[in-house]
Amino acid sequence: MKKNVLGIFILLVAIFVITAVINPKFLNAYNMQNLIKWSSLYAVMSLGVAFVIITGGIDLSIGSVVGLVSVVLSICLKLEGMDPWSAIGITLVLSLGIGLLHGLLITKAKVQPFVVTLCGLLVYRSMGRWLTDNQSIGPMPYEDDAGYKNLEQIQGLDFLFSGKIALGSFNLPTPALFILVLSIAAAVFLRRTIWGRYLFALGNNEEGTRYSGINTDRMKILAYVLCSLFAGIAGILFAFELDSVQPAQTGEFYELYAIAAAVLGGCSLRGGEGSVLGVVIAAAVIRLIYNSINMVGISTHLEFGILGLVILLGVIGDEFLKKAVARKQAAQKT
Amino acid sequence: MDEKSSPLLEVSGLRKSFPGVLALRGVSLHLQKGEVLALIGENGAGKSTLMKILAGVQPADEGEFRVCGKKVSFRNVNDAMDRGIALIHQELNLCGNLDLAANVFLGREPTKAGLIDESEIRRQTEKFLSQVGLDLPVDTLAGSIPIGKQQLVEIAKALSCNARVLIMDEPTSSLSQKETETLFKVVKNLRSKGISVIYISHRLGEVKELADRVTVFRDGENAGELMQDQINHDNMVKLMVGRELSEFYDRQVHHPGKPVISLKDLRCPSYPQHPLSLKVSEGEIVGIAGLVGAGRTELLQTIFGVTPALSGSLEISGEVKEIRNPRAAISEGIALAPEDRKQHGLVLPMSVRENSSLPSLQRDASHGWLNENAERAVTQNAVKSMKIKTPNYEQMARFLSGGNQQKIVLGKWLAMSPKLLLLDEPTRGIDVGAKREIYKLMEKLAGEGMAILFVSSEMEEVLGMADRAYVMHEGKISGELSRDQLSEKAIMNLATGNLVAA
Repeated sequence: MKKNVLGIFILLVAIFVITAVINPKFLNAYNMQNLIKWSSLYAVMSLGVAFVIITGGIDLSIGSVVGLVSVVLSICLKLEGMDPWSAIGITLVLSLGIGLLHGLLITKAKVQPFVVTLCGLLVYRSMGRWLTDNQSIGPMPYEDDAGYKNLEQIQGLDFLFSGKIALGSFNLPTPALFILVLSIAAAVFLRRTIWGRYLFALGNNEEGTRYSGINTDRMKILAYVLCSLFAGIAGILFAFELDSVQPAQTGEFYELYAIAAAVLGGCSLRGGEGSVLGVVIAAAVIRLIYNSINMVGISTHLEFGILGLVILLGVIGDEFLKKAVARKQAAQKT
Repeated sequence: MDEKSSPLLEVSGLRKSFPGVLALRGVSLHLQKGEVLALIGENGAGKSTLMKILAGVQPADEGEFRVCGKKVSFRNVNDAMDRGIALIHQELNLCGNLDLAANVFLGREPTKAGLIDESEIRRQTEKFLSQVGLDLPVDTLAGSIPIGKQQLVEIAKALSCNARVLIMDEPTSSLSQKETETLFKVVKNLRSKGISVIYISHRLGEVKELADRVTVFRDGENAGELMQDQINHDNMVKLMVGRELSEFYDRQVHHPGKPVISLKDLRCPSYPQHPLSLKVSEGEIVGIAGLVGAGRTELLQTIFGVTPALSGSLEISGEVKEIRNPRAAISEGIALAPEDRKQHGLVLPMSVRENSSLPSLQRDASHGWLNENAERAVTQNAVKSMKIKTPNYEQMARFLSGGNQQKIVLGKWLAMSPKLLLLDEPTRGIDVGAKREIYKLMEKLAGEGMAILFVSSEMEEVLGMADRAYVMHEGKISGELSRDQLSEKAIMNLATGNLVAA
């Protein structure tokens, strides 16, 4: 486990150093702050989907949940003039509900995760567009909006979710604090609680885990709930970050970045494997690649191609590493 | 004389290892033309591995093969087929959606102008089917005929490839008495035509009836050979276990205490038409014998809540309980070491520690936090009391031998101190040493008052270990035998649905 986190970390450092050497502007504070901010936002979603991937499942609806949550939050704050903390509460309950629905459909109705969440992707996206008549909307109210009376509180939230904290001359984006707290919580959950252990066990062998007296259905539901909750948190962060949410576009394809980061970070789509640190670093690698392509001056038309190749090579390398470790274990005298 | 000096098939010095297990340690075997050679040995003795090598399914690590005195190699299935060796699989490989003719010539269809020559296939198939005594239209769908006949079609298929050696791995394990008799007739008929058969079976009665010679394997080595006039039950068992039976199954008589579990008219989802009743008391070791597919595993799974009962009552220590899932069973003090260890018993990619502690994690946790000290203690206990051979606690279960894997399964349940231990084929695929340890453990646990209910397809195991046994046949309990009534014949009679008293 430690070895493949080291591998992805070396990849991160390598790309970082090469880019910095080719274009020293890469290292300026503004670029670094941006990189940290976007890496953190992506990492939140990636951590969420990691729970599901560890159980051997998949969630394709993350991007649409991000879109829907940011739309609903904006409506509540700006148009409805709702108490800001209640609005946050509503969006979190909405995302928990979505996760619960996914979990129940997968475990009780026995629909495949791919199908359930693919339909979710379509449904939540169109709900967001319908609610707003497909007009862009942001959480910050203007003078003639119902939410204007809460302006000060909303500005407070804006600072909390997309502000910057001055550390000397460096301005740390607040999403970095969110990912710090969330990743510690996720790591503790996965490695120090029995539920984390159960997620890994059932991802490796669901039947065997059930035969050991574990309520595997409940654990799977929990994984989907956590995934949607993390997507919902990401949705709130994105709403304040973007100021203007495009119901048709905000969050589009994000599920694929999240899944890519989880896989590059050491989760196997077969289930049963994954580490929080690996996933967070991998999310940063993905953002870094984007940034490097710009900085180094490679055509942006090649973005997807390079990203795809890096992920593919990373996963192949990981597979080799795992085989080597397995050989070593097999060779141990019993 | 010439025939004798160069047998049809000769194998020597064959070695094969798998991760964690040395399956064959230099075995040899020879086979004459027109001979039925029985290959016997306990589970894990290496019989199936040898057969797979001969059929070209797996390569050997080392060893020499000669066919009619000529040195050959068996790298793949085609190599083996070219030498005229065909394996009749335990699980049949016919395509149920195709007719018999299509199945017999699958992959070798004769063609005429690039198209399948249907009339030729039919003509040929008819010929081969009649050789195995099957009188069925060649356009019958393979899936529509009973399993015994499907097996004969497999044999016809092998004959159509000009097979000179047929390898049959437990061919009667899922056949009825009648189907078995038909199969024997076919085998004897083939022998008279000069075809050789390697016959693997656990049923010593069958071996005695059919075999010209018996080769015995034990622990991946040759344990001995019996010529036709030496073939009898005692000789075979002695070579298979390597010692006297009484010594191997070191059983003491316990006086059973209060009933731990009692089933009344319980109906399992697999055979809902047959209500089942049985009882196991404290300190009692009760066996369930029967043929493969008799519903024994399904019964244990219903008791354990994997497939909850449809109706009937299940009493634990005198109280009626409803067990809807394994969790409920475990909280009533029931544990199951399942037949399919790799799928149901263990999480193979996890460590010895993680596997040993899986059922007890919740009990030892406080507010969901892992209790690592308790986990370590549970693991240590399991490794020590079960004598699990592992380099360390972090070793993946996948890399341990079958015997050590089974010990992890037992160890993880002992941590839960169950009242009733269900064992489904407890010694399948494990070596003799580990087997003996598991028997000793069963004896010890029963001595401490645990109730043990075990399913076994090994006659010796039931005869050796059970204080009492139920026999199942096609989903119902066809009889109950006390220790004095236990005999191979009595079990076989009940297991094959032959209810006439022995």
